[in-house]
Amino acid sequence: MLKPAQRRDPAALPRLLLTLLALALLWPGLQLSELNLAVLVAPDNLRNMGQFVGGFWPPAHDRDFLELLAQATLQTLAIATAGMALAWLLAMPLALLASRALSISALARGGKPAWWAQALRWPVRGLLIVLRSVPEIVWALLFVRAVGLGPTAGVLAIAITYAGMLGKVYAEIFESVDLRPTRALLLAGSPRLAAFAYGLLPNAAGEMLSYSVYRWECAIRASVVMGFVGAGGLGQQIDLSLRMFAGAEVASMLLTFLLLVLLADSLSRWLRGRLT
Amino acid sequence: MKRPRVNLGNWLILLGLLIAVSASFSYLNLDLAALLQGDSPTQMARFAQGFLPPDLSAPLLQQVARGALETLAMSAIGTLLAALLGLLLALPAAGRFGGLAQSLTRFILNALRAIPELVWAALMVLAAGLGPNAGTLALALHTTGVLGRLFAEALENTPAEPAEALRLSGSSRLTAFCYGTLPGVWPQLLAYGLYRWENNIRMASVLGFVGAGGLGQMLYVSLSLFQQAQAATVILAMLILVLGVDVLSNWARQRWVQVH
Repeated sequence: MLKPAQRRDPAALPRLLLTLLALALLWPGLQLSELNLAVLVAPDNLRNMGQFVGGFWPPAHDRDFLELLAQATLQTLAIATAGMALAWLLAMPLALLASRALSISALARGGKPAWWAQALRWPVRGLLIVLRSVPEIVWALLFVRAVGLGPTAGVLAIAITYAGMLGKVYAEIFESVDLRPTRALLLAGSPRLAAFAYGLLPNAAGEMLSYSVYRWECAIRASVVMGFVGAGGLGQQIDLSLRMFAGAEVASMLLTFLLLVLLADSLSRWLRGRLT
Repeated sequence: MKRPRVNLGNWLILLGLLIAVSASFSYLNLDLAALLQGDSPTQMARFAQGFLPPDLSAPLLQQVARGALETLAMSAIGTLLAALLGLLLALPAAGRFGGLAQSLTRFILNALRAIPELVWAALMVLAAGLGPNAGTLALALHTTGVLGRLFAEALENTPAEPAEALRLSGSSRLTAFCYGTLPGVWPQLLAYGLYRWENNIRMASVLGFVGAGGLGQMLYVSLSLFQQAQAATVILAMLILVLGVDVLSNWARQRWVQVH
């Protein structure tokens, strides 16, 4: 049996002080984020939202709407696929330029390129960082202003952001595979592209493809989200229906979105399982 | 010499890929060549030139700093709310209150997680009005789904013996949880929470596009008013925020997370 005096939590005081400190730090955060949960249960809002959510069942399923839905879904898929194709076209040369794997000056120096060769790679790496660090939806917003509403902006945004991601990851894959065949070819005097095609690519292709398929799956989700700034596809239709308070339409579009993500997920898992 | 075996399945996949890509381009009627012809390159160049140089005047920088702080606050409060709610839902989702409660909470968590933050934000702007409040709630809802599931898995994988020992020696369920289970899973919960916070900072900076406050809203407004120089400053601020979070989290991970 514990004596009553020992039943108190010995760490109570530090814990209390830590909690107080956290609360003091959070206070300005609460002010800045204007958090106000009461808005959600205000009678007006509650009635509006109740009507909106009440419209969710049954989901809209008349013929015209389903046709529109199918078109928007196909458009989303096409945006993701076309965007990925362009991204791949951009990423391949950038990855070749950024990677150390095909460096000639590294051959004689145990895998470390000369300093000037590394310095020449840095601008390319910086470009890749900028391309992928600006979120795709920001690119989409910019392209919507530059080329107008519609899927073109979405395709370009995906192409640019994903070129940055693919370029970086491809360059890393090139450096991580077994480089001995490539080095042998380079030392025997083959041009760099031939050394890449016959020495490096056979080793790296599986991993590259499987990463690209995974990114394609992400691109589908991204293209739906980008629709909210006017870049076409399912997202743009969801945004329109939301603004019109059409609960039934929103419900069936969200269901379609979930189904699409589920299908893309299983397709990509199957492909990746085959490739690796 | 034996010829390498040709795998028919792989060629079929390649063919399917080519068909999918060309079908996508033709379905969208993408005319990329038109973007490089006529006066559209000059128009785009003029649009791009508007961004240079970024507007670095003091009042705008002050506004941008406030926007960045607002973004940080949205992500922090959203993640914190989500962690609290997630822990609350993780208990039934880990099977502590019977099978029915488990499947029900799992369904709720999956539904919360499946809808992207931006869609939640658009919904919350309708429900709670424009401003950072909507963004905070949107982040909290989506992150609750993610953290609830991760927390539930952590709770399932933690050894049950310490809590059972406390229960057997007569402590209440709450005390047994606080002193028997929580100390064991606490570091893992904290790690998950911090990881989601990092994601949410990135997300919070773009939620404003649908009117949910932060840097995104500033960018949207300045682009709508054709103030490209101001927009460039906001984009720069976003870039600095994202890269800063990346560097900081990499550093913290290397410093504190041991590789087992």
